[in-house]
Parts: sequence; C-alpha cells; structure tokens
Amino acid sequence: MNLLEVKNVSKIYGNLKALDDVSFNVKKGEWVAIMGPSGSGKSTVMNIIGGMDTASEGTVILDGVDITKEKDKNLTNIRRDKIGLIFQQFHLINYLTAVENVMVAQYYHSMPDEKEALAALERVGLKERARHLPAQLSGGEQQRCCIARALINYPALILADEPTGNLDEANEKKVLEIFKQLHDEGATLIVVTHDIEVAEQAQRTIVLEHGRLAKIVENEAFGDSGANAPEEEGYAAKGGLGQYGKPKRR
Amino acid sequence: MFWRMVRGTLFRQKTKMIMIAVTIALGASLATAMINVMFDVGDKVNRELKTYGANITVLPKEASLLSDLYDVEDGGEETGQYLKESELGNIKTIFWAYNIVDYAPYLNTNVTFNDKEAKLTGTWFDYTMDLPTGESVTTGINRMKTWWDVEGEWLKDSETDTAMVGSALAKKEAVNVGDTIRVSSQNGERDLTVKGIINAGDDSDECIYVPLETAQELSGRDGAVSSIDVSALTTPDNELSRRAAKNPDSLSVKDMETWYCTAYVSSIAYQIEEVMTDSVAKAVRQVAESEGAILDKTRLLMLLITILSLIGSALGISNLVTASVMERSKEIGLIKALGGQSGAVSWLVLTEILLTALVGGVAGYFAGLGFAQIIGHTVFGSAISVKPMVIPIVAVIVFVVTIAGSLPAIRYLLRLRPAEVLHGR
Repeated sequence: MNLLEVKNVSKIYGNLKALDDVSFNVKKGEWVAIMGPSGSGKSTVMNIIGGMDTASEGTVILDGVDITKEKDKNLTNIRRDKIGLIFQQFHLINYLTAVENVMVAQYYHSMPDEKEALAALERVGLKERARHLPAQLSGGEQQRCCIARALINYPALILADEPTGNLDEANEKKVLEIFKQLHDEGATLIVVTHDIEVAEQAQRTIVLEHGRLAKIVENEAFGDSGANAPEEEGYAAKGGLGQYGKPKRR
Repeated sequence: MFWRMVRGTLFRQKTKMIMIAVTIALGASLATAMINVMFDVGDKVNRELKTYGANITVLPKEASLLSDLYDVEDGGEETGQYLKESELGNIKTIFWAYNIVDYAPYLNTNVTFNDKEAKLTGTWFDYTMDLPTGESVTTGINRMKTWWDVEGEWLKDSETDTAMVGSALAKKEAVNVGDTIRVSSQNGERDLTVKGIINAGDDSDECIYVPLETAQELSGRDGAVSSIDVSALTTPDNELSRRAAKNPDSLSVKDMETWYCTAYVSSIAYQIEEVMTDSVAKAVRQVAESEGAILDKTRLLMLLITILSLIGSALGISNLVTASVMERSKEIGLIKALGGQSGAVSWLVLTEILLTALVGGVAGYFAGLGFAQIIGHTVFGSAISVKPMVIPIVAVIVFVVTIAGSLPAIRYLLRLRPAEVLHGR
C-alpha cells in the first residue's frame, strides 16, 4: 500500500525548473533514498513531500491526502501529524536542553510528556545527555537528538535531509543503525543524501539529475519492493547506481 | 513548555531584550513624566502666573459702576461707598477657599506731603488674621507684588508709623530710606519713617504705602476698604464660564451647579460677591485669558513631545524586534516545520516582547516619576503630584506602542516559510 504518491511534480523558480515532471511512490514501511548531485532537486523534493514547499505542477498524495491542494494551515497540521523531520544542520533550539528540544515537537503536536521524551532519547542512546544543551553535545549526539524529536509523535513518514552530512564515520554508523531499527519496526523512511554509503542502506534509491528522475535503483539485498510499478516506467530503469555505484546491504 | 521557551529566549537574547526594555522604558518614562506634569501643569502654571498679580478685583457696587462708566480708578472716594474690613476673612470661607492664594485690601486717600497732594494707600503687607472657621491666614501685598523692586524693607502691619514710598515720588521729593516724612489730611497729621522705596514700574511709584490702619485713621474711615485684589488659582475659561460671567441667572440648574463647583475665575468672583456685602468681584480678564492660553499651549507642547517620543519608541522597538525575529528565523522556521501554526509562533514572540515591555514599562514608570519631579523642581520650583490614574494610561500606551512596534516583525514571521530558512531556499 502506497503511503506516498508523487505524480508528475515540477517546481519552477522563475526561469529555473528545479524539478521536472518527477513521479515515484513510497510504500508503507519502505526505506527509500533520494540521491543526486548538488542542484539535482533532492531538497526540493523533500520540501514538497514534507509540506514545507508547494509543487508548481503535479500532485503529492500523502496517506491519502493530496497535499498540493492544501492551504498553509493544513500543511502545518499535516507536518505535525504525519511527518518527522531530520535535518543535516540538526536545527535544535540552542537554549533548550536535549529533552526539551524533543518536548517542543510534543508541545506543538499534543502535550509535552517528559517521560516519553526521555524514553525517545534513551532509544537513540542519549538518555545520559538529556539535560545538556545542544552546544554541550557532539554533532552525532545532536543528530540523534534530532532523530528522537522526529520520532516522538510516531509520524507516518520520516523525512531525513542529509542526516549524516555533518557527521564523522562513527556517528554516521550510529545514525544508520537507528534508521535500520526504525525500518525493522515498520517505519517509512525517505532519506535524502548524496552519500552512496547511506543510499546503499535503503531498499530503493531514487536518483535525480538536473531536476529530473534519472533512475530508480532497487537494492538487491532487500529484493524488489514493487512500489514503483507501473509509474516509474519511462522515468527510470532498474539497475545499478551508475556513477553513484551499486548499492549493497552492509 | 511554552514558558520554558519564553524564558529561554529572554535569557538567551538578554542583550537584545534589555535594549528593547530600555527603549520601552524610555518611552514609558517620558509618557509618565509628561502625563503627570500635564495633569499638574494647570495648578503649576496658575501658581506661576499668580506671581504676576491678582486675577480678581473686588470693588463696592457703586464704585464698580462708576469704574465701568467713567473709568474712575478709586470709586470709593467718589461714591462714599466702601467694603467692610471685618468681612475680609469671609473670602477664605467660600467654596473655592483653598484656591484663593493671596489677597490684599486697599484704602486710598489723598494726603498733603511737602505741601503737595499725594496719593496714600493703606494695605496689608504680611497680615495674619483669624478666620471665622477658626483657622488663621497670612496674606498681603508682599506676597502678591513679588515683582516690586524694594530698596530697604517691606513694612510690618503692626508698625503704623512707617511707610513705603514710590520711587518716582521719592526721587521728586528727595526721600531716602530712613527719612521721616510728614503727611497730613483733614483728619490729622502723621510722621512716618520711610522703610522702603518701591520701584514697581507703574502708578505705585507715585504713591505712599502705609499699613491699612494708618490709612483708615488719616482718611477717617475706620474699618473701611476701597478695593481688594485677589489672586486665585482658576480653571481656564470655556463657553460655560463665559456664559455664566455674563449672567449666572441664565444658566440651567445643572449648568449652574457645574459652573459653581468648577474653579472658573467667574465662579470664584461670584462666590466672593456672596460673602462681601454690596460688592462686585470682577475678573482681571487679561490675566485670566493669558492663563488659559499659556496653559493650553503648554499642554499641547507636552502632548506633542509625548507623541513624538512614543513614535520614536515604537520605531526603536520595531527595529529591535524585527532584528531579533530575523536572527531567530531558523528557530521560528523549525517550530513551524514541527507543526507550530503562525498564530502560536506569533503568540510566543509577542509574549516575550510583552514581558520585556512589562519590565521596561514598570522601570520607565518609576523613572518617569523621577523625570516629572526634575521637571517640577527645575521649571516650577515645586514637586509634581503623582496621579495614580497615570498608571493605567501608561500601561495602555506601553501595550499599544509595543504591539505597534512588533507589527513588522509579526508580519515577517507570518510570511516566513520553513523551507526558506531551514534549507536556504
């Protein structure tokens, strides 16, 4: 069952076509990577899927709702209820402690619950650092705090934009390990990355080039998810990642 | 959580918040000072103007008529009608008794001095009398003619053998302080020691001033007074007071009550007439009108200063709050990305600003009370009374100015799209 359907989406900024007729689906519980070089439209796709930007053309159906037709207020509610966001720059509020940063997401969703926030931090291995300010946390710890914040409201879709972009190898491993756990537990993940190592962890990799969908690559270790048939025909061919390398399960 | 975020911002952006508080405090202090002074300026300007003379003259009824018809200054002598000295205390018993600052009776008579005719005026200099109410009051011309330049000293009312001589007359007759002059009238002759030479710049420079008792003796009019100058604190005239001054009987009962219970110069004059037998009390129109005009202009000036300072504060707040919100655009974008509606985020920012405004407003209010006292002592030489009703006025002003100053920031905040700040789009 598709959680997300992206149909013929284009995004035009003046004369620039940041996205050009992009279509793909994501099934519930699937882990998808969106890959491409700088300026390929990865973040634009993420913003549109995440309801933080609107498509110039096409439709995006998230959990049965066409979010391209929704107004700002409803998009905010959709972000709050259905999406967990993870950023490359972490975007933690620097005057709040780790646990308070997690509780902010609870506060705007329903009601802050410190116990639950601490449990989320424990899940990402940050319980001991819960009372520390972001400035007192390492990059990896900040990203794990960001993940705990994204998970706290049990979102239908977790959207991660370059989640390991600012991390060293050790911390990258920790973050990917958390993603694996989430995926094993049935979470739907879309990870935007230009890192082949990260993309290799996903079931499928959607490759963008110059705003167009270049190809969709199935990770053989997972087997065919079947999420893209028949929509991807004509947009992507199954196969390797080309210049990005062939994904393999670690 | 909300308050944790508010507290976090207030402490994290301490410098910026202190600057906003200081800006608000500055505006609030000026508003507090100006409004307090504005409420008190009526009395202050009135008191100030009282130093330039009386604003009510009381004459015997017939003398007033003569004065109106023929511009005769001393109607008492011509008509033979006088006011009673024994009723002078009644002036301090009228409804607006506390607005009567000073008053002085005059008794004019002609005497012979160095074989020439001279005008002699008896008056109170610094006279203390007991009132029918049991209180006592000290009044006289040394309190009313503060602009007189006196060589020597003022007279004492008890020293009935002393005199003050006008500078023109003194020059003409070569009289100096310490000399003894002989004045005579139909009722006798008196040797008077000159204690002071008056330089008033008006007709007083041609007169001899003596205690009232001496003038009464020389004129043979015991207990008589030909006129009274009254200096009273008054409210500027308006249409009602002008109508009442023409004919109080034309007023409706309600208007009469309003007029009588307001310190218009005409209503105070009316009340003086009520307690002085056969008297006519008239406003010295020029003084009364100057008071009103000066008061209105002073108030307008203060109002303009207050408005300009508040506009300045609003602009200052606007700049600081907008800068603060722009600095926090990532944080605000994040909150919106996490599901915070624009209204909720605006409320968060407004709460922070309003709390800062509260601190700035309270500090500004107390600083303003200090400024008001500085203005009071520097300009008027006395303290400005603190009016409690200024507190809600300043609170409303601070609230409105803060909200007005925050509007550009709120507008920016409402338009802010999370994607633009979180991904640099």
